[in-house]
Amino acid sequence: MSNEQQTHSKNKTQDNTQDNNKIDNYRRKLLGGSAALAGAAALGPGVFFTSIARAKPDAEPASSEVRWGFLIDTNKCVDNCDKCVTACNDEFNLTGFGRPETDAQWIRTVTLRDKKTGHTTKLPLMCQHCAHPPCVDVCPTGASFKRPDGIVLVDKHTCIGCRYCMIACPYKARSFVHETIENQKEYGPRGKGTVESCTLCVHRVDKGEIPACAEACPEKAILFGNMNDANSDIARRMASTASTEIRGDLRLDLGVRYQGI
Amino acid sequence: MKPTTFREITGNSKGYYILLALLGLTIAAGLGSAWYMEHNGHWVTGMNNQIIWGMPHVFAVFLIVAASGALNVASMSSVFGKTSYKPLAPLSGLMAITLLTGGLMVLVLDLGRPDRLIVAMTTYNFKSIFAWNMILYNGFFLIVGVYLWTMMQRNLNKYSKTAGFFAFLWRLALTTGTGSIFGFIVARQFYDAAIMAPMFIVMSFAFGLAFFLIFLLATYQWTGREIGCYLINRLQKLLGLFVAAVLLFVVTFHLTNLYATQHHGVEDFILSGDNIYSGLFWVGYILLGTIFPLIICYAPAFRASMGWTTAAAILVIAGGLSQMYIIIIGGQAFPMDLFPGKEVSSSFYDGVIVTYSPTAPEVMLGLGGVALAFAATLFAVKILRFLPLSLADAKINPHHSVQG
Repeated sequence: MSNEQQTHSKNKTQDNTQDNNKIDNYRRKLLGGSAALAGAAALGPGVFFTSIARAKPDAEPASSEVRWGFLIDTNKCVDNCDKCVTACNDEFNLTGFGRPETDAQWIRTVTLRDKKTGHTTKLPLMCQHCAHPPCVDVCPTGASFKRPDGIVLVDKHTCIGCRYCMIACPYKARSFVHETIENQKEYGPRGKGTVESCTLCVHRVDKGEIPACAEACPEKAILFGNMNDANSDIARRMASTASTEIRGDLRLDLGVRYQGI
Repeated sequence: MKPTTFREITGNSKGYYILLALLGLTIAAGLGSAWYMEHNGHWVTGMNNQIIWGMPHVFAVFLIVAASGALNVASMSSVFGKTSYKPLAPLSGLMAITLLTGGLMVLVLDLGRPDRLIVAMTTYNFKSIFAWNMILYNGFFLIVGVYLWTMMQRNLNKYSKTAGFFAFLWRLALTTGTGSIFGFIVARQFYDAAIMAPMFIVMSFAFGLAFFLIFLLATYQWTGREIGCYLINRLQKLLGLFVAAVLLFVVTFHLTNLYATQHHGVEDFILSGDNIYSGLFWVGYILLGTIFPLIICYAPAFRASMGWTTAAAILVIAGGLSQMYIIIIGGQAFPMDLFPGKEVSSSFYDGVIVTYSPTAPEVMLGLGGVALAFAATLFAVKILRFLPLSLADAKINPHHSVQG
């Protein structure tokens, strides 16, 4: 064997060793990840209900690879329970003025009664965070916008209060701020004369937490997660159980899906 | 036919100043109402999270639609070559601008944040028909302004036909845009219809001509200028034609809805409900706004009568406002069908017909817009030569000499 061949062979052996090390690293990561996953699963679903994969650093833009959303199991929704509504109101200080017609409601519970069978269903209804949101389409200034991760928001600086988005929203998900607001939360600015709606608790989601309504639901009827991640709890449950969109005929590709309706 | 002589109105009479003062007071009341609503927030109005657009929008959209229609008389001469209308073209262009100004004043002052108008003018989402409308409204001022200039400056007269043609195209686009505000709304049962755009165009013909006639006939009556039977009769018949055309579109719109079972609910609500909308439809729009004006415009007994023609125009405006109220308020009052086949209830008025009671400030703001349109027109005809000295048959009727 010539020196050159020996060197080549030695390099090749080193390469193989490095490759094996790399594979081992992958295996370790995979096993470690699996163990972590198994451990987390063993700890119970409560872990997943209170936090999501990781916090998004402030400097990092929202990613279109993620699609945040809710899967709501209406079978678990209990009569006379409005903890999700209360949690949302508390989170954003949506204290009413005792004027139900003009007070803001970002989430509400809706009762459905089948006209033929009399069967009743209850469900929470909020902004459906459409992939093709009509509110964003009609907004003249672009104040209504969709983040790449599917969260639909209102830019309070450019909303002129024309309310066309409220006319266009098929879910009546938006409210107009009819009077001066005090005691606002720094993460949820509100302003008289502008339109607002569920933010999917974007301030929590970006920190790796889950929205207030999902966290507050005692029955765990509201499951939050990344619909694009096949391994996420929400995606797996959507794959295994039938779910539907409200007014799916509009083909808006909603970020909120329901089971049991 | 002799060349038309245009002259300012004298505008020195007591009546002129009283009228201008009354209009000024109405404008002031409108502005005061807007300040009151903005200062306190919209909760002091009849509007809420269910009836999102209220009385100000009824007036604003009505005036904007009428503005494009007011230009029609000018288009009849410049685009369709009807020379009898040529002497009326400057007033037609002027009223197109003043009515649009009045409508936009109401629209802007009803915004939640009217102070952000500059944002609306500088930040556009081109998928929004609202954003397109802002361009169409501003462009309308510009194009009609140029059209007026070519008509009123003698050495530019040769360009007036071209300018008139572009103004005509622009006004069609503008009203298409206004109708599409509702036509593009897929969420609501009463909207989401392509016919909205052409229906609004035809409505604009009728409403715009009605405003035009009221101003023209009143001014000629009060200033003692002559207006011949030939012109009144032609304008009367034109108004009748537009009213009939609107009826055709309204009937088609409702028949199309009635054919589809899913729309029966909203049609029952509008046409035969125990509510104000059905009353406004049958009494306001059909009887007062359509049948009576059609009789006045076509029955020989009312032929060429200034008084009756004015009455017909006022009725068309009353009917038009009824129609706009039905479309804008009625379309929102009917619940959205989120869950077909289910009875729905919630704390947010799901599944129920919501009520709306307009408040005085909302009505005053709307009337302020109408007053602004008339006041601006009244002022403009005093300082510039918009009105012909005479509209007598000899000046207008191309066949006058033949007829003897």
